[in-house]
Amino acid sequence: MKSIINICFLAFLILGFLVSCEEGLIDAPQENEILDGPIEGLTTAQQIQFLNGDLAFSDVFTIDEGLGPIFIANQCLSCHPGDGRGSPFVRFTRFGQSDSSGNQFLDLGGPQLQHKAIPGFQPEELPDGAPFADFIAPPVTGLGFLDAVSDADLIALSDPNDSNGDGISGVPHWNSIPDYVSLRPNSVQQNGMYISRFGKKANSYDLLQQTAGAYNQDMGVTSLFEPHDPLTGLEEDPEVSTQVINDVVAYLKTLKEPIPRDQNDPDVIVGKELFTQIQCAVCHIPTLQTGFSPIEAISFKEFHPYTDLLLHDMGAGLDDGYTEGYAETYEWRTPPLWGLGLARDAQGGQLFLMHDGRATSIEEAILLHGGEAEQSKNNFIQLSELEKEQLLKFLESL
Amino acid sequence: MKIYTSIYIKQIILSLTFTLVTHSLWAQEVDSIKVRTAIDTTKTELNMDAVYNRPFLNFKKLPVALGGYLEANSIYSSEDGVSEGLSFQARRLTVFMSASISKRIKFLTEIELEEGGKEIAIEFAALDVIIAPEINFRGGIIMNPIGAFNQNHDGPKWEFVERPDVAVNLLPATWSNPGFGIFGKMHQDNWTLGYEAYLTNGFDGSIIDNEENKTFLPAAKANGERFEESNNGQALITGKIALKNRTIGELGLSYMGGVYNKFEEDGLTLDKKRRVDVFAIDVNTTLKKFDTYIVGEAAFVKVDVPETFTQQYGEKQFGAFIDIVQPILKRNVLNWENATLNLAVRFDYVDWNIGSFNETQTDIGEDLWAITPAISFRPTSQTVFRLNYRFQEQTDILNNPAAKKASWLFGLSTYF
Repeated sequence: MKSIINICFLAFLILGFLVSCEEGLIDAPQENEILDGPIEGLTTAQQIQFLNGDLAFSDVFTIDEGLGPIFIANQCLSCHPGDGRGSPFVRFTRFGQSDSSGNQFLDLGGPQLQHKAIPGFQPEELPDGAPFADFIAPPVTGLGFLDAVSDADLIALSDPNDSNGDGISGVPHWNSIPDYVSLRPNSVQQNGMYISRFGKKANSYDLLQQTAGAYNQDMGVTSLFEPHDPLTGLEEDPEVSTQVINDVVAYLKTLKEPIPRDQNDPDVIVGKELFTQIQCAVCHIPTLQTGFSPIEAISFKEFHPYTDLLLHDMGAGLDDGYTEGYAETYEWRTPPLWGLGLARDAQGGQLFLMHDGRATSIEEAILLHGGEAEQSKNNFIQLSELEKEQLLKFLESL
Repeated sequence: MKIYTSIYIKQIILSLTFTLVTHSLWAQEVDSIKVRTAIDTTKTELNMDAVYNRPFLNFKKLPVALGGYLEANSIYSSEDGVSEGLSFQARRLTVFMSASISKRIKFLTEIELEEGGKEIAIEFAALDVIIAPEINFRGGIIMNPIGAFNQNHDGPKWEFVERPDVAVNLLPATWSNPGFGIFGKMHQDNWTLGYEAYLTNGFDGSIIDNEENKTFLPAAKANGERFEESNNGQALITGKIALKNRTIGELGLSYMGGVYNKFEEDGLTLDKKRRVDVFAIDVNTTLKKFDTYIVGEAAFVKVDVPETFTQQYGEKQFGAFIDIVQPILKRNVLNWENATLNLAVRFDYVDWNIGSFNETQTDIGEDLWAITPAISFRPTSQTVFRLNYRFQEQTDILNNPAAKKASWLFGLSTYF
């Protein structure tokens, strides 16, 4: 008996050392169930920069590190949880511009309302009479592919005069650009303007402008690119390094595209056909092609974002009276639909769609479409209940 | 005291440790001058006695006693399918020394080296003046008596490699501060009533401004300046009452609170005074019939967070843990008398942000629960080998699908 107990004790010790086995550990989720992760085919150097950018994206800014004094959020992940779309918790407001003459409220804190403040400071309040719109942040996956679509392709997709008579006339956002951005290969210029493509109003030319602007306007963090403090307007020493910004830009460029699910489901297949039939696919173009990119894994690739990156008249219902750049107040850039089915996993199990999260279901979002999308919305309304379910199931599969 | 930069103090402590070790080796040759006070550290008096209720090496003609403990383990974990592989950790080496300076004056210090000496902390260094059992004076670096774990945290006393989440991820164990206070005990029949009350330095603004991105009291531990001066000139009040019945067990109620922010500087008002208040309850008992040991602790934290700051930092927090330890074998093994094999399980829960979003009125997430089954083997009461499996789920602030983490841990902890 004694020897048995001794053996048991030794077995206990040995068992302890053997727990290096992977029994009982957590399995990785399927790649199509999550938004984060790098695109395939990156070089080792690109993967290292992806990891650095990933860390910076989740880095929390404290007051000592430059947060505020007025701000919206204290880390990138707050607005883009799991690299997905934001929620009303971090809803933000932009104000001060109602036409192409520019923002008339820059001296009163425009264009963004920093509605939070570090202890001892007061957040901004919306100035009387300022036009404004609320926003929630978009998902950030697959941005490298969107960035690499050539200007020529976007111009080819546009139809400013509705020459084909389908009632849809998407236009590129010809916009002025900040000095610090580098033009993409074969970029097209028109009257000193370039095609910008990121943001709800397509007001940002590239991911550097988008990222530097977010550090500054969302977190109150100054950089070499955006050196002015949002509260004082004074130029300050950089609170985030150029290297960190470059890493985050590289991270955003190399985040994988959302992978669709259930593509062989018969309802999804029918829903996909209905999506085209009722003309959703005219603006939410399923397939685009990248041009040249210094990142080989992105260069000259076909991908499926369900957007045309163009501005469209979305009707009076979505006209908040506020705009950016040279877009009209009723114009919005077609948002990519990829990853739509995973939106709940970033929004706390709920859905908050459209530019400000006002729609709490996909169907409600469709019904809020107007302007150039009025006919498509009416086509959707006329579908049978089964067809609507099939269309929604397809959208959930993206 | 966390000291990150003072090489000088590190050298002193390392020298002291070296001296202790060499002295201990030398003492093996002249064992007649020392006496090991072996006590069953799994059976304390009150939790407030834990600091003295340790095995010490006593030197017959010297009024000094020495002791310490070591914790080391292996860990293999994965979170959402991503594993860092197998790691070995030497979490802490703690050395404690006590001295009877005179008949009614005692001194004890506990110095902890974590992560191979990267962090050195004076967790306790206090002078006790014994006036009467009912009232005594303590001053120096004390461990604030909030909950039970903060004072009773020695690794060899526990069947689990990880410390309870409520103790280290909600409360800031081990939480020490310079200060003064009184303590005492009263006995009647099977009952013991103990109390402690201290004024110390305390928290700072980092509890609502930190890289954890949540209201996080342990963030204040990084501020070593609290050992030199108060952050805001306001004392942190800590008080505890504990009642123990020898046959039933112990119940402790504790409070810790004060102003945490720097509200003025050079006569200028920076902000209003903002308070942090912590309430805790701790219990431990042994079910005599089965010899089952149960210990638990719960804490509620209330923090005055500026309305204009982000809701990322919660105003209310709650956490709790309970350990159930069942001895299943107690007999001689490999000539160890009364070696014990235990089955145990721990439940952890922490909610760092109780409340709902202003924008949607939906519940704020930021919570964690974990379960840890364990097998532990104690060749003596002062040494434990433990095999743990921990499974936890943790949600982000939005209540998105929880991050799942599972870990295998095998470790040892022993007094020496």
